[in-house]
Amino acid sequence: MRGAGSHLTAPPVLVIEPSRGIGSLRLAELWEYRELLYFLVWRDLKVRYKQTLLGAVWAILQPLATAVVFTLFFGRIAKISSDGIPYPLFAYTGLLIWTLFSQGLMQASNSLVGSANLITKVYFPRLCIPVAAVIACLVDLAVAFPLLVALMAYHRVMPVLGLLALPAFLLLALLATIGVGLWLSALNVRYRDVRHAVPFLIQLWLFLSPVIYPASLITPRLEKLGVPGWVLGCNPVTGAVEGFRWALLRPDTNPWPLVAASTASTFVILVTGMFYFRSVERSFADVV
Amino acid sequence: MSEAVICAQGLSKRYRIGNRQRATTLREGIIELARAPLRLGRRSAPETIWALRDVSFEIAPGEVVGVIGRNGAGKSTLLKILARITEPTEGRAEVRGRVGSLLEVGTGFHSELTGRENIFLNGAILGMKRAEILAKFDEIVAFAEVEKFIDTPVKHYSSGMYLRLAFAVAAYLEPDILLVDEVLAVGDASFQKKCLGKMGEVSKSGRTVLFVSHNMPAVRNLCPRAILLCQGLVHSLGPTDEVLRQYLGMSQTQEASPARELYRDANLGLAIRAFQLLNENGQVVPVLETGRPATFRFVVETTNRRANVTGSVGVNSLIDDGRICVFYSPLTGSELALEPPLTNLDCHVPKFPLMPGRYRLTLKLTSGAQTLAYIPAAVEVDVASGDFFGTGRLPEAPWAGHVLVEHEWRHDPDHVK
Repeated sequence: MRGAGSHLTAPPVLVIEPSRGIGSLRLAELWEYRELLYFLVWRDLKVRYKQTLLGAVWAILQPLATAVVFTLFFGRIAKISSDGIPYPLFAYTGLLIWTLFSQGLMQASNSLVGSANLITKVYFPRLCIPVAAVIACLVDLAVAFPLLVALMAYHRVMPVLGLLALPAFLLLALLATIGVGLWLSALNVRYRDVRHAVPFLIQLWLFLSPVIYPASLITPRLEKLGVPGWVLGCNPVTGAVEGFRWALLRPDTNPWPLVAASTASTFVILVTGMFYFRSVERSFADVV
Repeated sequence: MSEAVICAQGLSKRYRIGNRQRATTLREGIIELARAPLRLGRRSAPETIWALRDVSFEIAPGEVVGVIGRNGAGKSTLLKILARITEPTEGRAEVRGRVGSLLEVGTGFHSELTGRENIFLNGAILGMKRAEILAKFDEIVAFAEVEKFIDTPVKHYSSGMYLRLAFAVAAYLEPDILLVDEVLAVGDASFQKKCLGKMGEVSKSGRTVLFVSHNMPAVRNLCPRAILLCQGLVHSLGPTDEVLRQYLGMSQTQEASPARELYRDANLGLAIRAFQLLNENGQVVPVLETGRPATFRFVVETTNRRANVTGSVGVNSLIDDGRICVFYSPLTGSELALEPPLTNLDCHVPKFPLMPGRYRLTLKLTSGAQTLAYIPAAVEVDVASGDFFGTGRLPEAPWAGHVLVEHEWRHDPDHVK
């Protein structure tokens, strides 16, 4: 009889059995482990900039240096249009979102394999690992953001009411990154090819996204071919970047068809990604 | 009787092994897929192994249960299933209460982070809330004895400090059910003692503990009940003394493990078909007993006769891998030879002197100047507690070192008046 009555409320009963079919996403559990998520993000950030000379400055340097190169080659030399926005500003806004996406994918895709020692030794919702990796990249974006404000001030671009929609576009970018990241991280556990494919994939994806060029450069050509312009938005980065720029800089564009398409594609990628992740999660410890 | 906190029913776990492993790169996956239609009808069954087969048991609240068995008996797999790290292939288990698993100390430690940072990270990974860690922080640091280095990255820690800190975090985890796997197989003697002490404390505080170990005295001390696993099956379940007796009596044939060939050199035409442990009655046993006669047996297959053979068995500690002793035929002046096709080469130890625990053996055979076989860390051997001195007493584990030496205490007769 020892131990009986030591709990005022009966402890929850956990049932362990082979899972069948698709199963549920168990998002409530993810919420329960939010502190672990916080610590994983914090660890990723701490570790990334330990023993570096410049520390968090790297978070600014990466999009900044790329923006400078883009401005020189695409703004000055190739003279790509930028919806009437000064090209440096145009490139930097796009690169903020792009850096979140590309870094997020890089970190997330390797995150599970890199945490093999955790996965084989202790239980927690595995979703925490790639999600934490992506959120850590969001913090990098926050660090690089003040420079954008400075750039806007320099180019005398006043913020507009659209600014209120900014968090929504950031969320869209974040969810898109998590969605693709979940797919890649789970695939990488079984097929290590993913590790080699990701850098290549990211390079291609950059050219498919309106980072260097505005979407308005492509949509008229598509429409001439009889393809509706919003098709570009199937790439979730397109809607996020165009929306982000619109909210901040108010160019003379209508990003909504793209945003709508990107929201839909993000939703599809995210939900399928989570279900795929959950369905292979059970075998991670045996395969990784 | 109060309701069981752990109730396992028919737990089974199957692993794939061998060359029919699942494709691990996309290319293999595609090749396999492309070949699949050709293989229809004559598809060979994938090689699988049941690491755990139909395991059922119940554990009442507050019970401390030892899980014993040889390597590969399924002990760790059982713990991993209960800790939800891996899923069972069949069966189910019901677990009541918060589960803490300690399958390895220092899980999730990051070498670049400081001791302080790692305490929080490791605590969170083991399932502690931030507030809980904050409340216990000072105790954890004190237990680990790392106050001075708490803000130093753990990569600069000595291995002892690292282990102490890692165990300290885990020791202050307060789950309803604690699963512990072989934590004590690491660290120096004083650390092991500390861990055992803490384990005893935990078990006295009324929590349920499942404890996997090769340390037989520790199992005997801590666990009133034990489960003996053998080839993934529950061999026996009951009072620890009884289960341990069965474990020690279990012969290798009973265990039906495929005789593992240790070594083969086709050029030399020589193979070590098996390395066996024999008790005083010449029976093959899985475990040796301190203080009893014991025999190491090389079963050697050779194509031609070999003279001037020397055999050596080196015994190393699992804790620091230091050499403890050697059994070396030239020392005893034994003249040995190997005859085709099979020779049993025996090394007889009249009174086995090693303390209870696990040891790693390095095996070597030479013929004249030629090395026939050299297998570092060939096998691990369990030594069970026994009555070395005929007094029913053995020294305490970490304090005694590894080897027991016969001796006697008396007064100097000249001064006895």
